[in-house]
Amino acid sequence: MKDIRQIRVRVNGAEHELAVETRRTLADMLRHDLGYTGTHLGCEHGICGACTVLVDSAPVRSCLVFGVQADGCDVRTVEGLADGEELSDLQQAFSDHHGLQCGFCTPGFLMLAEAYLAERQAAGAGEPTEAEIRELAASNLCRCTGYQGIVDAVLATARARYHSEGASGEGRAGGWHAGGSP
Amino acid sequence: MTSVGTRAARKEDPRLLRGLGRFGDDFSASGQCWARVVRSPVAHGRLRSVDARDATQAPGVVAVVTAADLPPGLVIPVRLPLQGIDLGAFLQPVLAADEVRYVGEPVAVVVADDPYAAEDAAELVDIDIDEEPAVLDSAEAMAPGSPRLFPAGNVAADFTLGYGDVDAAFGRAARVVETEIEIGRHTAVPLEPRALLADVDRRSGALSIFGMTKVPTFNRGVLASLLGVDETLIHVPAVDAGGGFGVRGEFYPEDFLVPWLARSLGRPVKWAEDRAEHLVAVNHSRQQSHRIAAAFDADGVITALRDDVLHDNGAYCRTHGITVPELTVAMLPGPYRVPAYRGRIRVVLTNKTPCGTYRAPGRFEGTAAREQLLDVAAAELGIDRVELRRRNLLQPGELPHRRAITTLDTDMVLDAGDYPGLLDAAVGEAARLGYPAAVDAGRRSGRLRGLGLAMFLEKSGLGPQETADVLVSSGGAVRVLSGGTSLGQGVETVLAQIAADGLGVGLDSVSVVCGDTDLQPFGMGSWASRTTVVAGNAVHAAARAVRERVTELAARMLEVAQDDLTVSGGVVSVRGDPAASVTLAEVARAAGPASRYLRPGEPAGLSARRRFDVAHMTYPYGVHIAVVDVDAGTGLVRVLRYLVAYEVGRAVNPTLVEGQLRGGAAQGIGGALLEEFAYDEAGQPQATTFIDYRMPTAAEVPPIDVLVTQLSPAPGNPLGVRGAGEGGISAAGAVLASAVRDALGLAGGIGRLPLTAVRVQALAVASSATSTTVGIPAATTEGARP
Repeated sequence: MKDIRQIRVRVNGAEHELAVETRRTLADMLRHDLGYTGTHLGCEHGICGACTVLVDSAPVRSCLVFGVQADGCDVRTVEGLADGEELSDLQQAFSDHHGLQCGFCTPGFLMLAEAYLAERQAAGAGEPTEAEIRELAASNLCRCTGYQGIVDAVLATARARYHSEGASGEGRAGGWHAGGSP
Repeated sequence: MTSVGTRAARKEDPRLLRGLGRFGDDFSASGQCWARVVRSPVAHGRLRSVDARDATQAPGVVAVVTAADLPPGLVIPVRLPLQGIDLGAFLQPVLAADEVRYVGEPVAVVVADDPYAAEDAAELVDIDIDEEPAVLDSAEAMAPGSPRLFPAGNVAADFTLGYGDVDAAFGRAARVVETEIEIGRHTAVPLEPRALLADVDRRSGALSIFGMTKVPTFNRGVLASLLGVDETLIHVPAVDAGGGFGVRGEFYPEDFLVPWLARSLGRPVKWAEDRAEHLVAVNHSRQQSHRIAAAFDADGVITALRDDVLHDNGAYCRTHGITVPELTVAMLPGPYRVPAYRGRIRVVLTNKTPCGTYRAPGRFEGTAAREQLLDVAAAELGIDRVELRRRNLLQPGELPHRRAITTLDTDMVLDAGDYPGLLDAAVGEAARLGYPAAVDAGRRSGRLRGLGLAMFLEKSGLGPQETADVLVSSGGAVRVLSGGTSLGQGVETVLAQIAADGLGVGLDSVSVVCGDTDLQPFGMGSWASRTTVVAGNAVHAAARAVRERVTELAARMLEVAQDDLTVSGGVVSVRGDPAASVTLAEVARAAGPASRYLRPGEPAGLSARRRFDVAHMTYPYGVHIAVVDVDAGTGLVRVLRYLVAYEVGRAVNPTLVEGQLRGGAAQGIGGALLEEFAYDEAGQPQATTFIDYRMPTAAEVPPIDVLVTQLSPAPGNPLGVRGAGEGGISAAGAVLASAVRDALGLAGGIGRLPLTAVRVQALAVASSATSTTVGIPAATTEGARP
């Protein structure tokens, strides 16, 4: 007998109400029940970070969280970063710095970095150093790039955000877009 | 040419960055069920029974299938038969029928309405196995009295490549230097696990299979043959792939099971492996032990080279057959002048996951062995290690150089290049970047710091052919249908750049479909650093052919001579009269079926299909230089600096070439220092998670310096390109072995890769006991600056 609960969850600003088996992971719920296939599963044991999404602004590995735990939460996935076809500053920086090849780990790195930069700015912390970004990037695995492009992209985004007035939470920098439904 | 050679933005990036890529597990079909493979829990034994009764009764279960339910005798064929060696006795069955030979071998498959139910039910399948002793070491597997994996024994192949009188050369050598080195078992581990969706048209039995990327046309043929259907009933569309590196997209047991289940059940069947499965099921690679020796004359010139290799291939011969061992001994002489050579390799079967290719197959291993030998030789002969290499490299005037060896069914002709020139350039670049100074500074402050250097020869552009179609829509959009496939390297971008220039249009108007078996039925796929070379030149030829047709039709439209027309930016114009022009879209419409510009008998449409065939590979080459710190207490090796110098012939997109080299080096650092599939004495795999299988993170990989040269265009193809996929990893094991040896001041070789902390600790203890510092002074490389 399946243990099924009814939950409500907001994903990239869109409200969803659904019945989900209690043992179903947040990653499977997002991918297969709601169609947000941009969240990827690379290991399903919390090491690779490809499945990183934000739950109430905190980065979580959605393979280690049950879908029902997101009941009433605000979830953000990679699909919510761009404004239509216009990439966010962070996404554009990944392309500019060749921070992706196959792109499978990329959503996880994007969400990880987005949360880190937002949290840092909200806390009033200063511009991150390259060493700090590299340590952040060491949270996740990439098998294609050798990481330098990823580090460079996050660093460039941080610099741009810290050096442009009123950037935080405005416009394309660190903003969120409700258009990211699957 | 306006696009080739530029750092054009990747066409793949926007969709991937927005989470709109479509990978194997992103495809679903209504009514689909989910497959879960039940795998052998033991390494070796007789399969007494597989009892599926409980599993069949479990909630949501649709079917449970064992070998008894399949057509009898199904084995997966070799994709690349080589050297006339028959491996028929050692092929892997789709499901084990009477014997299991490694932990992870498929013995049954459960299909259920959802993946959770399938996984639950898989645990209810009762497998009864009479365990037999596991054979885990290749040398022991060859010993008399060793348990046998197959009636034919444990040695699948034993062959020798070479030329010249090796024994005579060793007999009269002034010095002979020998070393032994083992290469550890590791593999590609792309971030996306394997996944397949097989959708079935119940009216015809036709299949669409999503996730079969790499060699889709070949896999379609194998599947058609195993299913006993015509290939036209199978469609493999192009999908995104989360990295390949050799392992993804080969024909595995699941590649038969999932489509077969879909046809049998009349329902779409989906399968997505988890990471624990991946680490025991996907091809492993690399594991070899080398006993290698060189004969030198009194001047330190190599007169002969020999190597005796044991290749641990795991439990079966899979699709790659003997590709890895063959490439190991075929490529072993590398870029050096070797008058006599003998490379013997024995392909030994053990109760471990079967092996196949992993990025730079055979070269990672052989380069590590040969370059370690040269480092040891330099110390023994008292010759600077750069100088020893320089003395033995083939000179530009000696190329093309034919070796009396065949590899991958081609004659080996080293085509062109300047090997000593690149060595000098790399040494100079390392000096400019401060590598020797960093070594000096580290040593002065008391660190065990070492400089490593290794040179390698690569191969790329394997034929025999690749086919491409270029089509222009009535709106002027250009579509390329390539038989090359994209595993995530940026192949779409590279082929679009080539097509844009060949046709005379902007890059924005070109889109590329890679490896769709219906759209391009003659593709050979992406492997062996072949895509830019072979698929690229096919696209180039097809685009040039379309351009020819464009000017032919435009000449009729404008009533001018064809020779007076130029095509640029999607506009065909008359030389000297730019006002007289037509757009590509207008020409495409003029090629429409009811057009008055078509002559009787001419086919409608604006398109061309062209084939590029090539008999020989092209051989790129490079140098790796690294600086490492060794902590003698913990055994930790820290890579401080890393340079890859590489001759690519011509870089279609320099950013992507650099990305290939950097990414390859990062993987190589993993294989050289961290990653290893260990087994316990019963054959249980010890690395089945990312905690135990240690891939490098941003904390272990330093910024990789790259020096890409384009001084030696490949003579064998119109674009002059050489492959770039593997040169970043080819010498990674070699250079880190060299650097650690230098840091510790070892007299002999390092003995074994990967240089894990435990092994480096042991080496440090051994070296401090003998304490003969023969490390190359950092000034050596400075002095060698060109």
